[in-house]
Amino acid sequence: MPRPRDLATRVLVAVLTILLLGGLLVAASTWWNGRQAARQAYDRILIGAANDIAESIRIQDGAPLVVLPVSAFELLAQAPDDRIFYSVTGPDGTRITGLDASLGIDGRARGEAGFFDADLNNEPARFVQVDRRFVERDFSGTVQVTVGQTLRARRAMTTDLMLDALWPMALAGLALMLIAWAVVRRALRPLDAITDDLARRDPYDLTAMPIADLPRELQVMLGAVNRFMARLDGQLEAMRNLISDTAHQLRTPVAAIRVQAEAAVDESSPDLRSRALDRLLLRTRSLGTLLDQLLSRALVVHRTDSAPRVPVDLREIALEVAERDDHALLAPGVALSLEIGEDPVMVRADAFSLGEAARNLLANALRHGEPPIAIGTERRGPEAVLWVRDSGPGPEPSVMARLGERFNRTSGSGENSAGIGLSIVRAVASAFDGRMDMTRDDTGFRIALVFRAEEDHP
Amino acid sequence: MRGTTLSLCAMLWLPVASPAQEATERFGSGDTSFLLRSTTDIAIIRPVIETFAAARPDLTITYEQWGSNALFGQSRTECRSGIPEADAIFSSAVQQMVWLVNAACAAPYRSAATLALPETRRWRDELWGITTEPAVIAYNKAAFDGEKVPRSRFALLDAIRTDPETFRDKIATYDIAASGLGYLFAFSDSLEATTFGALLESFERVDAVATCCSAEIIEGVAEGRYLVAYNVLGSYIASAERPEVGMILPEDYTLVLSRAYMIPKNARQKSTATALLEFLLTAEAQALLSQVGLVSTMDTAETGLTPSDRRTIALSPALLVALDGNRRRLLLNFWEDTFHPSR
Repeated sequence: MPRPRDLATRVLVAVLTILLLGGLLVAASTWWNGRQAARQAYDRILIGAANDIAESIRIQDGAPLVVLPVSAFELLAQAPDDRIFYSVTGPDGTRITGLDASLGIDGRARGEAGFFDADLNNEPARFVQVDRRFVERDFSGTVQVTVGQTLRARRAMTTDLMLDALWPMALAGLALMLIAWAVVRRALRPLDAITDDLARRDPYDLTAMPIADLPRELQVMLGAVNRFMARLDGQLEAMRNLISDTAHQLRTPVAAIRVQAEAAVDESSPDLRSRALDRLLLRTRSLGTLLDQLLSRALVVHRTDSAPRVPVDLREIALEVAERDDHALLAPGVALSLEIGEDPVMVRADAFSLGEAARNLLANALRHGEPPIAIGTERRGPEAVLWVRDSGPGPEPSVMARLGERFNRTSGSGENSAGIGLSIVRAVASAFDGRMDMTRDDTGFRIALVFRAEEDHP
Repeated sequence: MRGTTLSLCAMLWLPVASPAQEATERFGSGDTSFLLRSTTDIAIIRPVIETFAAARPDLTITYEQWGSNALFGQSRTECRSGIPEADAIFSSAVQQMVWLVNAACAAPYRSAATLALPETRRWRDELWGITTEPAVIAYNKAAFDGEKVPRSRFALLDAIRTDPETFRDKIATYDIAASGLGYLFAFSDSLEATTFGALLESFERVDAVATCCSAEIIEGVAEGRYLVAYNVLGSYIASAERPEVGMILPEDYTLVLSRAYMIPKNARQKSTATALLEFLLTAEAQALLSQVGLVSTMDTAETGLTPSDRRTIALSPALLVALDGNRRRLLLNFWEDTFHPSR
């Protein structure tokens, strides 16, 4: 495959082609104009000379006599280096006078206004034929004067006119070419920089390329590339996190289950075995919850990247979460109140992710907080809030500072830790440009998801 | 054969019937033969040709001396056949040379030397004027001893008008019907000024003599048969070496003839022909031509003639008019009426 030509060459070749074609057209047109001008100018001289000769004819003794005027030839000598032909013939084609009887110039080809082209001594020449009519007592009829001249002066004049016109144009063309070259080089310089940058880039480097000083078209293109790379980076990161989280979170419980299972197998007393099996069951259930959470978090992270953002009413999320029976399983008998207003609280987000976040918040409150527990939404100025409140004092400040991070499952936090749950909440918050607020007051401890409110959706 | 015995008449444009040359001379004995046809008397131009032959020992130069009409006829025939015998043509009948060039019979040549020639002395880079020969008024020095010599045509007219009897039968000029050169001068005069008509009328009143041949005219002036001869080629007076004959360059205007050199198209020795042209235009050749009288310096200090009074007969297509049959007949009729009114 041939090496593709670079952009600058293409543009320059195109510009050059246009200029050359234009130049050819202009040259042809000036040549044509020059030729016309020269033809007109020298045709006038020719017909002037012919008329001069025609005027000089007089009738003497019943026959035309030509007193050949020198002025006619001086006129023709305006084309100093051209050969000349003249002849004067009478009505019946008899020769009255002329340069050379042996030169048979055929005037039958005469065209408009008596002009015609023919060869004079094997050289192309231009002729004119002028008629003069005589009606005299002793002579009547038409006398034809034919005058011709070779084309040297016409050609010289055509060339002169053409060159005079073409010189400045050629210079202008050259200047245009240089300017075009400079402009193209300048316009393509950012592209060169990008090309260089891309050529030198590590294939694993997914950081954004700088687009600040680029032309708009390139900004659009590079912006798209940057967004794509950012998403790729995010997805890779999420995948890495998922794997590392899963490995990290599952290692301990699975090891514990294996130990307890071995203990149960080794236990000979039916009573103790039964207790060991109970513990094993508890552990297994806890492991299931953990797996659920891990997958839910992975799903949320994935969806925040890929699911389309649609207007969502936070009240519906709260309602849905409150009405599900999960909390009854986790903490039977705990009172849960729903505090939502009349007006919709709209945000632009993914309903599933928001639901997962809300579910985890609620589960967290049920597990660690003190009843009664409330879930609700509110519109606070430009912000939309989805919150869960319990009546307890909340976690200790040292724990609170680390809440929502990915790995905060300390040895003391037990199997049903809030770690993963809150990390889901935080991931959702940041995915939809929101934040997680934690406040403590007289009524209890409240964790809220705060988003920018979407204007009311009809 | 030496040409000195030939009459100077032979150099002029005479309606000679014979289509052959009048004299031939060879210069050098080289392998390459070179044929130069000329209307100039061999005796006059010999030093110039000899110098060229000495510089080119490879050449055998054949110099043919022709009458101008015969030369014209021959050249025209050769041009039409396309096989020229002559390698170069050098003629005083410049109107015929212009005709030949106009008929595409000449080969072009350009060099610094030819381009340095004034425009009146070259045409189309195919025809070049080599010499500078004024048409002068010759007079008998003894007859005008102490008296005022007419220095212009007007002065001549006045002199004739004041004292017609002195000049009766004592003014000579070329018979233009017989002399091509005379015709060329008369034609040029008729273009220059109305003086020409007045002059012819005066000539008629004093029964001026129209005759052939420079030699005869100069001889006549020297012997006192003629007091004044009008429109004599100055170069002939210079070469005739007759101290009795004075020479006036008319101060109103002086016609200057420049013999024309042409290289026929398809000439075999074109490069030699151009070499000869280059040689003729060198300062050396011009000095030689000056010595034999073919180049007159016409120094302003000596002659009182300003450059604007010199009318070089320009090598231009306007000379074709001189060859026109109708025009020639008219001039000849006018001339005949003047000199032979009785006929």
